[in-house]
Order: sequence, then C-alpha cells, then structure tokens
Amino acid sequence: MKRLKRGERVRVSLNLNGRKLAAEAEPRTLLCDFLRYALGATGTHVGCEHGVCGACTVLIDGVATRSCLTLAVQAEGHEVKTVESLAGADGVLNPLQQAFRDNHALQCGFCTPGILMSFTDYLARNPHASEADIRDVLSGHLCRCTGYAGIVAAIKQAAAGVNGLIEVTQPSRSFPRKRESR
Amino acid sequence: MKPRPFDYIRPDTVEEALAALAEYGDDARILAGGQSLVPMLNLRLIEAAALIDISQIAALDVIRESDGKIEIGAAVTQNKLLAWPALAQKLPLVAAALPYVGHFQTRNKGTVCGSIAHADPSSELPLALAVLGGEVVLKSQRGGRVLAAADFHKDMLTTALAADEMVTAVRFPKANGAANGQRRGVAFREVARRHGDFAIIAVAAVAEDKNTVRLGVGGMAGRPVVRRIASNKAADAIAADLASWAGELEGYEDLHASAAMRRDLFRNLGPRVIEEAMR
Repeated sequence: MKRLKRGERVRVSLNLNGRKLAAEAEPRTLLCDFLRYALGATGTHVGCEHGVCGACTVLIDGVATRSCLTLAVQAEGHEVKTVESLAGADGVLNPLQQAFRDNHALQCGFCTPGILMSFTDYLARNPHASEADIRDVLSGHLCRCTGYAGIVAAIKQAAAGVNGLIEVTQPSRSFPRKRESR
Repeated sequence: MKPRPFDYIRPDTVEEALAALAEYGDDARILAGGQSLVPMLNLRLIEAAALIDISQIAALDVIRESDGKIEIGAAVTQNKLLAWPALAQKLPLVAAALPYVGHFQTRNKGTVCGSIAHADPSSELPLALAVLGGEVVLKSQRGGRVLAAADFHKDMLTTALAADEMVTAVRFPKANGAANGQRRGVAFREVARRHGDFAIIAVAAVAEDKNTVRLGVGGMAGRPVVRRIASNKAADAIAADLASWAGELEGYEDLHASAAMRRDLFRNLGPRVIEEAMR
C-alpha cells in the first residue's frame, strides 16, 4: 500500500515520450501541471481543469486520458505520451499532424494537442472510423475558434490512410527536458 | 483551479482500502476513475482529507456472471464494459446507455461503479440500474451488504453509503430476451445540450412481457424514478398515462431547462421509448 501525506513532496518517475524522467510532486499535483512545470513539456495545454475542454488530453499506457483529472502520483511508473511525441526526430509531421496542416484544422491551436492525442488513441483502435464516429469522439473537445469543419476533414483524411498510420514511437528532439522542480 | 491538499493512499487490496476508510471515515473519498471526483476537487466544490485510490486493485477490475446477474467490479472502466463482447446480448440496455456517458476520453478512466456511487440524478448508469432492478454491493470492515438500486440512491448526490463503506461492485440482472432468444426489449433515449453532457432528461424502458414495460426517467427528480406501465393500450391511452405521471413528477429548474420543459420532454420521449422497447 502506498501512503503519502498531504503536502509531502515525493519523487515521481515516469516514461515520457520514450524517456525515463523524474521530478517531485505533491499528492495534489495534477499530471498536466507536472508535465508542464516539473518536466517542462509545455505541449500539453490546460484549459478548463475539470475535464470538459479536452485540451490536456494525453495518452497514459496508450489510452487517451484527461491529464487535468489525473494526479501526477497516479502516473508513477506508467508510460505517458504527449503531443511532443508525434513529429519525427527530424521535425517531420506525422500523417495526422500533416492532415491538420493540409486542412487548415487549427486556428489558434490551443485545443490541437488534446485532439491529436485523442485521435492517436481512437484511430489506432478504430482505423476505419466514420465521420459520425469522428464527430462523436470530437465531442470530447472544445475548439473555441469553432473550426470543427477543418478538424473533421483532417481526421477523415488521416482515417482514410492505412492501418498503423500514426505511429508514435519516435521520441521528440526538443521536449521534454528534465527540469528541477521549483 | 487546483485541489486543496489531501493525503493519497493507494491500497493493493480491498481489505487495505477498507482499513483506510475505517481510519478516515467521512473525510476520505474513494478515487476510482476520478472523472466526477477530481473535477469537484479542482473546482473546490468538495474537500477531502484523503483520497483512497482503488483503481489499481486487481480484484475489483473484474466483470463476471453469476446467478443470472452480471457483476461489475469497482475498478472496471466504462469503456472496458463497452468493449466487453457479451454486453449487447446480456445487458442490452446498458449497451444502449453507455455511449451517452461522458465522452470517449472520460469513459477511458471513468468507472461504472463510480458513476453509480456519484449519484447524479440525470446520469445514465444509475437510471439503467434502477430500471433493470439492479443491486449495489457495499463493504466495510464491519461486513458487507447488498442494496437494491432504489434503496441505494436516496437523492441528488446522496446514497445509503455509510462513512466507512465503499461500493465494491454493482450487479445488473441479465436480459431475459437474450436468454430466450427473443427481441431486445429495451430502449434508451436522452436529451442533452451537447452529446456527452449530463442529460436534461433521460428515459429508459425494459419490456417485462407482451403487456408491460418498466419505464424509468432520470433528470426529473433527485434520483431515477421507475414505474410499471401497461403497454398493451392504444397510443393515446399510453400518452395520457405518461402525461398524468409527468404532472406528478416535480421536475426541477436549472439553467438548462425549466421544470415545465422537462415534463414536456418526458411526455414526448416516453411514448417513443415504450414503443421502441415493445417493438
């Protein structure tokens, strides 16, 4: 049984985008804040902080999860993937990202990291998703620029590709850097 | 916002979880998927001295069938149940209701038991449990007990759980129709502002036999309300029965809908759901 006292700072180690990293967190530290402030992986955005907007969605052990509804200590020992994992080490966009660029599927870009991670999970499980399926999954995200038509078009383009389209095995070049917690 | 500080306890067994509950009592909260609890903590609507994280207890991550009932452990996520191959055959009403519970992303973590223990009056799973006449399994260091859905859900966000008790499983009776190779005999519909939001109202029906349905409605009272309705009548007679029932249900006012609108929605959805279940 694991037992942590309130306010106690403990070392949390996890595998982020293929790299083993560790930093300190309190029990109440949310995973999204741990990623951004302790590990410096600021690609994950934080919007509503109560699970509605979807901007903070990351993969934990391959499964799309709201990082604002997950405690950092719950991710201890798990594999976390964020938007930084998607492009190749050479900066080449993966097919889902490329489809977003091709279809002008982002305007301000705040919601984009979460949407990319949701569909990385969903399309891996459902490679032949229909437009209705895509819209259903997209209902778990808010785009305040209201650019949904472009987003749906991009995901349809990505889903029309072959299986295994969105491999996320390559670690990113620039993020994350381990940073001492403040 | 960020949650206030709390102790974090992650037991490996149910016994350890019950010991922690006995220690903290009412000041502890059980954390399973966290899709309702963590938003409330983040918004500081509630405060907890301790969170007891049961999501890693393997014994609770189990779906099993016994005695004509399907038992779903407290660590089983909504998407795990949705992906269970026997779901549509054995629990067709749950299969119809689950896609309305939150979103794909929240169902990945949110648990079936957590949604039932949270007891939001307009959420889908407590309604399905009530209409099917399911049970909730509770445990504490003092022992265990099994409550019928109607005895478990008391009012809005209020259940019969004692301070030192936790929900370890829920049990849904297996569908009759599936056993006899008959029709599906269930229907589920809801009205919400957006798909995945809490329902303004949700209506579910299960055909008991050729002449009767059990009809339940969520969002009209502090907990799901269920009634047996004679379905072998003319359509306008059924509509009249539902209209008089709608008049008895208080409904409630919030920023999404007035009580009158809720009653209207029920009068509209009710007959369609009955017709669909009897088809």
